[in-house]
Amino acid sequence: MNTLLQQIVNGICLGSVYALIAIGYTMVYGIIKLINFAHCDIYMVGAFMGYFAATVLGLGFIPCLIFSMVSCAILGMLIERIAYKPLRNSANVTLLITTMGMELILQNFVKADFIAGPNTRDFPQVIPLVSYKLGSITISNLQIIALAITVILCIVLQYIVNKTQTGRAMRATSYDRDAAALMGININKVISLTFALGSALAATAGVLVGMLYPRLEPAMGVMPGLKSFVAAVLGGIGIIPGAMFGGIAMGLIETLSKVYISSGLSDAIAFSILIIILIVKPTGLFGKKNNVKV
Amino acid sequence: MENGISKNEKNLNSRLIKTIYTRYIITTVVLALIYVFLMFLVNQGIISEYYLRLMKQIGIFLIAALGLNLILGFTGQFTMGHAAFMSIGAYGSALMTKNFNMPFPIALIVGIILAAILAALIGYPILRLKGDYLAICTLGFGEIVKVIIQNVDYVGGARGISGIPGKTSFLIVFIGAALCYAILKNLIHSSKGRAIMSIREDEIAAEAMGINSTKYKMTAFIIGSSMAGLAGGLYAHFNSFIDPASFGFSKSIELITYVVLGGMGSLSGSVIGTSILIYLPEALRGLSDVFKTYRILIYAILLVVMMIFRPQGILGTREISVSNIIKFFKKFQKTSITNTDQNEKAGE
Repeated sequence: MNTLLQQIVNGICLGSVYALIAIGYTMVYGIIKLINFAHCDIYMVGAFMGYFAATVLGLGFIPCLIFSMVSCAILGMLIERIAYKPLRNSANVTLLITTMGMELILQNFVKADFIAGPNTRDFPQVIPLVSYKLGSITISNLQIIALAITVILCIVLQYIVNKTQTGRAMRATSYDRDAAALMGININKVISLTFALGSALAATAGVLVGMLYPRLEPAMGVMPGLKSFVAAVLGGIGIIPGAMFGGIAMGLIETLSKVYISSGLSDAIAFSILIIILIVKPTGLFGKKNNVKV
Repeated sequence: MENGISKNEKNLNSRLIKTIYTRYIITTVVLALIYVFLMFLVNQGIISEYYLRLMKQIGIFLIAALGLNLILGFTGQFTMGHAAFMSIGAYGSALMTKNFNMPFPIALIVGIILAAILAALIGYPILRLKGDYLAICTLGFGEIVKVIIQNVDYVGGARGISGIPGKTSFLIVFIGAALCYAILKNLIHSSKGRAIMSIREDEIAAEAMGINSTKYKMTAFIIGSSMAGLAGGLYAHFNSFIDPASFGFSKSIELITYVVLGGMGSLSGSVIGTSILIYLPEALRGLSDVFKTYRILIYAILLVVMMIFRPQGILGTREISVSNIIKFFKKFQKTSITNTDQNEKAGE
């Protein structure tokens, strides 16, 4: 029972990181129907940016986080402008290949000697680790901070999307891009903003992971990227609350299956859930069914 | 009256069959000559062992890319787990030769059959999904296969299998690639091929025309995946070492880039795409130190630039074939004689 509770706490923490990445996937998919594979590497760049800010610039935790978020938001916008915008009206496959190409570029750019090199690095301790005991459960201050930041960012994001003018423009664009353009919405700006928001959240996830599990390497984004992508699909891709829920669910599934079933097979279990959900309810748990018309 | 018609049909059929067989024979002879010529160059030392190895590698991945092109380019089903079928073929055939001492061809066939069975099992439920959902599902499937192989100790787990006899000769790769190419070419130019391509253009319209889309999607998926199985078997006996990580998500993406670069829905495009993308990193390796260190980076940048400026791939859906080349030259001659001809052609 105690291990179960402890694992649930750990799972929610891991899940909050997945949720932050999954929101980026889901927002971009919602607005331009694109699976952005480079997103997981923006998360990786975010972690490295946090590392850079903490070691070279010697910043504290919050400035570190903001530095990483801003730089990744700019990076995300740049990638969209340079690589995806010229292809917006071409076939889906082409765009997917381009995102994969961007993934390779980002990974190998960070791997290059003049940036970070291929070796793993340890994230510096920006906040000293303190563990609290709640009955039989141990919870660290880092976990609490990670969870709190995730919750705050999710609330802010929900506010932006649902209550502001920009958010309304985003929803309109995702509903019908051409009609939104006719109504005077600057589509390019909205799409750029979406990428910026998604990338900033991924960067946050990167810094949080750097803090919780202090190991950085250029290929660190691939597996969390895939899993948070599964999380986005689980909640219904294109739906932001769905991505949050899916992220937490994936975190729980991963930690619990690691403890109770098999640590090696936990990835396989996560992906089997993905396949089962897609077969039973392809639009995800929160998605609505829309019929294809001829 | 009826008899007359059937007689004519019979004559026509036998004539058609004759021309088809002569065409096959000519193709086989030409291919054999190409092979002999290449072997001659190898024997003379003009093509070094290194390039022969590279050619083998191109041939192996070409087989997988052709299979993928059938699924992705001709049927329009976006699959991202093609490397998983390669791994099934590789493990199946490697176990056959290493643990059961089976002859190489039988091992290859076992690999193909295993990949086909798996494709049939997984394809039936997931091919109902469309577009991005299918892509995600196949991606998940590929990861599952990888993780399961990593956790089965009998096949070596994450360490993989080493010491597989290196039985893949250039002849086998050459024959395999030519055979796959021929099978696909004939399939595509048959009525079944047209049904398959109609699913790519518009699945709902195809179903309305009475085409059983599930059946044809399954056919294409199984054929394509068994080709990946063959490629996997050849790869295992070419590299003599396989591990689950080398057939992961990134390998699937690599195969997709081969197909997309050459042009989806173009068999000769796959040949060109595979050759360029396997040769390019090797060529960049030889250029200078900068290229040597950053070759994957340069390769990725080239890929993105290529997608931005020529998204349909090098050939699009066109094919390079003898008749097309003749047509091209005839057209070229005509346009060079008169310019008015060109206008008429444009009108056509």
